[in-house]
Amino acid sequence: MITRNPLARAGQYVALAAYLVFLGFPLLWLLSTSLKSSGEINSLAVNLIPEQFAWGNYPQALDRQNLIRSAGNSLLVSVVTMVVTTLVSMPAAYALARFRGKLRAAGTAWILVSQVFPAILLIIPLFIVLRTLQLNDTMFGLILVYVTFTLPFTLWMLQGYVAAIPRDLEEAGSMDGATRFTVLRLIVFPLLVPGLVATAMFTFVAAWNEFFLALVLIQSPELYTLPLTLRTFIGLEGQTQLGPLAAGAVLATIPSLVIFGLLQRRLTSGSLAGAVKG
Amino acid sequence: MTTLTPTRPPGDPGGPGTPGSPETPGGVPRRPRRGTASRAQRTEAAALVIPATLPILVFSVIPLVTGIYLGFTNSTLRRNSTSEFTGLENYSRLLGDTFFWESFRIGLIWAVSVALLTLVAALGLALLLNADLKFKGITRVLALIPWAMPPVVVAIVWRLIYSPTAGPLNAGLEAVGLEGVNWLGDFSTALPAVIVVAVWSGIPQSTVLLLAGMQQIPIEQHEAAAVDGASSLRRFWHITLPALRPVIFAITSLDFIWSFNSFGLVYVLTEGGPGGKTMLPMLFTYLEAFTNRNTGYAAAMGNVMVLAVVLVLSGYLFVQLRRGKAVQS
Repeated sequence: MITRNPLARAGQYVALAAYLVFLGFPLLWLLSTSLKSSGEINSLAVNLIPEQFAWGNYPQALDRQNLIRSAGNSLLVSVVTMVVTTLVSMPAAYALARFRGKLRAAGTAWILVSQVFPAILLIIPLFIVLRTLQLNDTMFGLILVYVTFTLPFTLWMLQGYVAAIPRDLEEAGSMDGATRFTVLRLIVFPLLVPGLVATAMFTFVAAWNEFFLALVLIQSPELYTLPLTLRTFIGLEGQTQLGPLAAGAVLATIPSLVIFGLLQRRLTSGSLAGAVKG
Repeated sequence: MTTLTPTRPPGDPGGPGTPGSPETPGGVPRRPRRGTASRAQRTEAAALVIPATLPILVFSVIPLVTGIYLGFTNSTLRRNSTSEFTGLENYSRLLGDTFFWESFRIGLIWAVSVALLTLVAALGLALLLNADLKFKGITRVLALIPWAMPPVVVAIVWRLIYSPTAGPLNAGLEAVGLEGVNWLGDFSTALPAVIVVAVWSGIPQSTVLLLAGMQQIPIEQHEAAAVDGASSLRRFWHITLPALRPVIFAITSLDFIWSFNSFGLVYVLTEGGPGGKTMLPMLFTYLEAFTNRNTGYAAAMGNVMVLAVVLVLSGYLFVQLRRGKAVQS
């Protein structure tokens, strides 16, 4: 909006500052808590900047609550989910974007419909099947469920990227006598790589951040993913655990944050956000 | 493949590949010109469609359809129990289940509040970011962080903020002479407190989408209106808002669905407490399925949740379409 009035302009800055505080303060507070000694946390003084920086919370968090093992579990599950989901959805995304007719309509409708269903309807049957196969409480079972859970979204995002590739390019290829698979491999795939990377990253973040399905499936502490382990810190609050808890929370955010940072330009320009929204 | 003509319009429904899909086995008459190529195309398309449809069927359609079906059975997680079709028995039992309906009511309040408040907050932020202000860059970057955070971490952050003894919120209140509040533990403040957290974590995504929508509005429209003497408020009301209507509809619908079906954030913040004041339907069904082990009954609750979401959304869509028509005429 075009505003020339200096008073209105000042008002805009005040509003922007309010947003900055609302969005930013909780993050600063998390960082601050992660650097406070337990003595300072339990004292009645509430400071944003710690009296002395207790860097020890970070090694303590990694050490005591098996955060490293959980991070390893999370990494394994997220990477495998990312690779499998992306590979599996590639042909489907292409079909959705390019083929017209009933298949496309059915596929699109299904993706949208599956958004409406609560995860409970998905996890109950999967849990029963996995328990029968004795695959509940295993990494393999969790990965299987994550593929199920991320597939519609990945498909939706990826088909948006396929649709953005001009058909004329493919047709030019076929005119020159190339088969469809040659066209796919030599023309479509290279153009799809950036979209593929973005989609894969989003799938990774979805799996890395996921909590509910892991809570249902995983019981053994040695198989806990990061969100599950972080939750076990809670309830010990108010005691000596608060600093390490905050430190663990900071560490668990870093991978997703790095990925969002890498995708930032696409995110803020809205091109990716548009794909996400559909 | 050589029979394809480059003059074919890009949106032509008779494009290559259509005949291969299992649902449309070439039943639609082709243009004779392409007849020779269609068989090869069909094989190729089938080779694409089968790996495409199979995972969706196995990983997405079958589990969900089974889940829906379980809502009509007495399935439980107890060992050696059998699952039998019981028709609408679960639903007649649900009708009298006051705890479920209370959780349902809380879920609706929660989802509607989160969707509306997120929209209003995100709209404000998007307007500011669209205006020519300083500190835009840092705000954009900062706004991404809540988006990237795992819900469990968001919950941990806000448990620290709301902490009755060591939290900065109460420290601030006490500094200005007010009394501290046990935000997540008090019956009256628990639900509003968790709603604020959901809005906080939902603002970034909605802001980005709204901003993208605003940047597509031609600047000339605003300039012309400004020349005609329209105030910025009137320009917002008559230019920006109507142009954003489709985006706003999409955002609020998705936020409503996601919030109504959300679990992790509130589970970690309050576990549904105090006294069930934040017992969202997902928390309730989770406990029914995996603590009480009544999977059939829990699936029935899931089905009722789907029905509710569909009803609310179709009502919203209806109003939206009618208003769209009213604007056009």
